[in-house]
Amino acid sequence: MQLAIDKTIMQDAREDAKAIAKAIKAFIDEKTTTSVERSILRLLGIDQATDFGVPLVNAVVDHIVEHGDLSRGVCHYMAHAVKKTDKSPKAIATLIASGKMHMKDFAKKAVPDYSVLTPYFLATEKIIQHQAKKRREHLHEYDVPEKYVIVATGNIYEDIKQALSAVEKGADIIAVIRTTGQSLLDYVPDGVTQEGFGGTYATQENFRLMREALDESTKTHGRYIKLVNYASGLCMPEIAVLGAIERLDMMLNDSLYGIIFRDINMQRTFIDQHFSRVIGAYSDIVINTGEDNYLTTTDAFDNAHTVIASQFINEQFASLAGMPSRLMGLGHAYEIDPAKPHSFLYEIANAQLSRQCFPNAPLKYMPPTKHMHGDIFNGIAQNTLFNIAAQLTGQNIHLLGMLTEAIHTPFVSDRALALNNAKHIETAMLALKDELTIKPGGMIEKRANDVLKDAKKLLESIREMGLFKALEKGTFADIARTQDGGKGLEGVFDKHPHYRNIPMERFMQALKAGESNE
Amino acid sequence: MNKKLLLPYGDTLDDGKVQLSFSLPCPCNPTGDAAAKATAEAMGLYDVHVVHSSALGEGFSFYVVYGMRKDPIDISTLEVRDVETQAMSKDEVEAFIAEKFDRPLVFIGASTGSDAHTVGIDAIMNMKGIHGHYGLERYKGIQAINLGSQVDNETLLEKAKEHRADVILVSQTVTQKDIHIRNLTAFVELLEAEGERDNFIIVVGGARISHALAKELGFDAGFGPKKYAFDVASFAVNALFDKMRHQE
Ligand code: B12
Repeated sequence: MQLAIDKTIMQDAREDAKAIAKAIKAFIDEKTTTSVERSILRLLGIDQATDFGVPLVNAVVDHIVEHGDLSRGVCHYMAHAVKKTDKSPKAIATLIASGKMHMKDFAKKAVPDYSVLTPYFLATEKIIQHQAKKRREHLHEYDVPEKYVIVATGNIYEDIKQALSAVEKGADIIAVIRTTGQSLLDYVPDGVTQEGFGGTYATQENFRLMREALDESTKTHGRYIKLVNYASGLCMPEIAVLGAIERLDMMLNDSLYGIIFRDINMQRTFIDQHFSRVIGAYSDIVINTGEDNYLTTTDAFDNAHTVIASQFINEQFASLAGMPSRLMGLGHAYEIDPAKPHSFLYEIANAQLSRQCFPNAPLKYMPPTKHMHGDIFNGIAQNTLFNIAAQLTGQNIHLLGMLTEAIHTPFVSDRALALNNAKHIETAMLALKDELTIKPGGMIEKRANDVLKDAKKLLESIREMGLFKALEKGTFADIARTQDGGKGLEGVFDKHPHYRNIPMERFMQALKAGESNE
Repeated sequence: MNKKLLLPYGDTLDDGKVQLSFSLPCPCNPTGDAAAKATAEAMGLYDVHVVHSSALGEGFSFYVVYGMRKDPIDISTLEVRDVETQAMSKDEVEAFIAEKFDRPLVFIGASTGSDAHTVGIDAIMNMKGIHGHYGLERYKGIQAINLGSQVDNETLLEKAKEHRADVILVSQTVTQKDIHIRNLTAFVELLEAEGERDNFIIVVGGARISHALAKELGFDAGFGPKKYAFDVASFAVNALFDKMRHQE
């Protein structure tokens, strides 16, 4: 099943997106953030929190902001401190947190010998590489589409039970949804958590517990189960580090989502996103992007092109972070009002268009959510159509729709019913897409080309005004944000001329070397 | 009032047929089936049949169950709590304001706490409205101020005072683990603690909000699905008018 698509328009759209992403990259290259610096500390092996629950990485960065000058970067301070004390970064962080050591004097010091940090970075890199290798050993086991379900009880132990039940019913991917409010926390909570709302806290320990449970089930079922969480919000790159260490396989990672739906400052989160994507690329973690959400606040038919345009931009952002296509889980969704005549044809057009624009990306396909209502029986009908669309257009990351979407986060039975439905369609329509051809010049093909044309036009105008301006105009999701508004701007710092982000340099180097090896 | 008796209807009057589905945290086996049957019976159903059961992985099972209700309910005894004001159209609301008030009325709203959902409050407040019903922003005589989402209770109150609001509109979408109850209760307590409760008409809305719940929590009214700007405006202008008369 292939559409005849105008290749030059596709090419031009990609060029525009590249220019858009490059302009942002030039802006963010001059800046760092508190969360980027905390991520670097985590890569130096600093974990855990003080007795008051303040993560050590926060204690150190806050200390430098208060007494020094963060624009020099934590590598500067830590290199000096390690050299002077001959202690590990974690030991130094502990001393700083308890007020027994000061970084102030290092602020004005010359460029340090950064190589004293290398052993600590190497130790974390080893862990990450080991995790990536473990994952790769299983990678051949996948069928497409991969069935993705969420757990969101608020309690990690309850989440584990629900996840294991889903695995038995055929889930390939388990996503633990985060509690409301976490994206606005400027620290990553530490330890196990059992109370969240609409989701569960993302913490290193929660990641570890779920990973362990899923690995255990891999042993019994002989099937590797992927684990997903969110590298998003104010701690985006820190969570990317934790995900890499605890072997998450996929992370939601899209600053546009944070800007639009959580009112996170755009400068802050573009900077954070770049580093987290570099971390993701280095760790071989698939990212998922969130353009599907634009259709929850706008009409999905009229705004289909905004999703495609955003996918092109996200592709280029990812690529600037050294990420290969096979890790780009670009998002889109089945959200057209079912009351609209031909809605299914238009959905096929959108889904197939995404497929052909990004042939090597593991596309993330979201189920109907907005037009799901209390009539759960009708919900099953909508989800069935969605499953058919996913199967026919060869989507990769297939988020299963829940019949109770309008009511509550999934019950254990909702997930099982969703998995049964998806399996049913998959089995029944295994080879259908290879048997069908799309009528040349028909409704589907025409619609897909129209959407692509509109996406290209939109990208052209964003390129002209710049992405910041475009977001100020409410281009996506009909929600407008300002360049200096939103949460987290106070955590953005200009880089000192001697600033270095050593792990970023190491990762980019490794990624370049890997590229030339491929 | 005359008694009016009612039983569920399957295909024959008073057959009392009911269909349920639920899961149990036990394995799917004959004991599980018996437990499902007993659960339905404990709900007051007779002639219970477990028509489907399946395992949901280890330690969980899913059931579809049929049963019958025997004792009818009497509709005439039910207390239905809904907003009592007759809904007026947009034009009628505007005329009412023009006639009864000598100044524009200020409505301030937000999706509060950690809730990031805005579509509901926007549907009520923004120009465009929803499903062909314009939002408050478009009403003559109403000044609508929409603060957006993730607004904490303190900020909402502060802004309400600053703008000398008449009506505060709160939207709550996330209800898991009763987070909305905690947040809404905290808002009413905040108003009371600051001696501000009588200075505003306070209204809450959201997909899982009912008028009864709103009243219970100390709000003046609550609006759920299929409620629009004209519903809340009708209620609020009447309530404000009553309040004005009482104060005179
Ligand atoms: C769109 C949507 C989103 C969008 C929101 C975009 C935005 N800017 O609003 C996005 C994708 C960002 C989103 C995120 C999340 N969502 Co959401 N979302 C939905 C969805 C699909 C539709 C909600 C909607 O827009 N309805 C349309 C509006 C018009 O309806 P409404 O809100 O009921 O409003 C009407 C009335 O209730 C009333 N009304 C509403 N407010 C007010 C206020 C007043 C004063 C008055 C008078 C009337 C009134 O008038 C409106 C018109 O009639 C629902 C599922 C569904 N189909 O309902 C889930 C849903 C609401 N989300 C849910 C969850 C859990 C989340 C997250 C918390 C997930 C997570 N852990 O990250 C996050 C939010 C994080 C946070 N901090 O809050 C759950 C809530 C479960 C629960 N009962 O607690 C739902 C039910 C999905 C699910 N089954 O899990 N979501």
